[in-house]
Amino acid sequence: MIEIDDKNHQLLAVLADGLPLVPRPYAEIGGQLALSEAEVIARLRHLLETGIIRRLGLIVRHHELGYRANAMAVWDVPDDAVDALGAELADFPFVTLCYRRRRQLPHWPYNLFAMVHGKARARVLAQIGQLNDQVGLRQRPHQVLFSNKRYKQDAARFGGGLAKAG
Amino acid sequence: MAPSQTLSRQERELLNRYQRDFPLQPRPYAAIAEALGMREDDVLTLLAGLRDRGVLGRVGAAVRPNSAGASTLAALAVPATQLHAVAGQVSAMAAVNHNYAREHEYNLWFVLTAANDAELDRTLADIKAATGLSPIKLPLEAEYHIDLGFPL
Repeated sequence: MIEIDDKNHQLLAVLADGLPLVPRPYAEIGGQLALSEAEVIARLRHLLETGIIRRLGLIVRHHELGYRANAMAVWDVPDDAVDALGAELADFPFVTLCYRRRRQLPHWPYNLFAMVHGKARARVLAQIGQLNDQVGLRQRPHQVLFSNKRYKQDAARFGGGLAKAG
Repeated sequence: MAPSQTLSRQERELLNRYQRDFPLQPRPYAAIAEALGMREDDVLTLLAGLRDRGVLGRVGAAVRPNSAGASTLAALAVPATQLHAVAGQVSAMAAVNHNYAREHEYNLWFVLTAANDAELDRTLADIKAATGLSPIKLPLEAEYHIDLGFPL
């Protein structure tokens, strides 16, 4: 794991509230952290280059744009096949997220997850059917869980001093 | 349910182009304006409007899971009559950043983040104590798809 120093922790915490909509936003958040504008930019560039920040940009709330058919498809696949199957699923353009998670037996046997977001439920189900057919998953135990209400959608906060940094 | 928002051509262009690669320069909104043939003021006004309408969550960073702390997906099987009340209890916890109802026996799904795994477990224990329900904990083991934003 790459080390993240306290300043970078604080920077990520401030970013969780969003970059301000002012002409010089990096200077403004630098003011909160006792960093210069150039230091903020250099630190963000480093966090991007090292992959700690995946992307920097506009975080869209899809629900507000009508993307309300939000499905989590899950499969129980053998541990020695899961990485290859996950890589295949991730290649489908309508799969927005795809990952392996630890099972919690006996309550939860599924280890492969793919998210499909769309505007219409029937279309999302057809797309998941396509995944089952084309990746050969139809015989594996699987479920589709549509979300029907969103209670909270915030940026991640990592506890301790982080949340207070802003 | 609130009606879906519609986007102007300029808003759609802005949202599609800058979910990633936000300019790392002193005046990023001016750089965006230049790339899109707009003025800096117009970009700031469009973004403020999108934010006020709830379409733009924030200008921010998607952080790699577990690089700045620990996180996990978790779920509860909540009796239907208690779902809204329990969802409120879960959302109220600072460690919870996403919380959704889903159509399944496990009908409440949430993401927890904390400084470390022990703190995650303490939060899950707190949820169990507050609700009388046992959460399942499903931590990430591998990612196959990098989050690059979402074409609109």
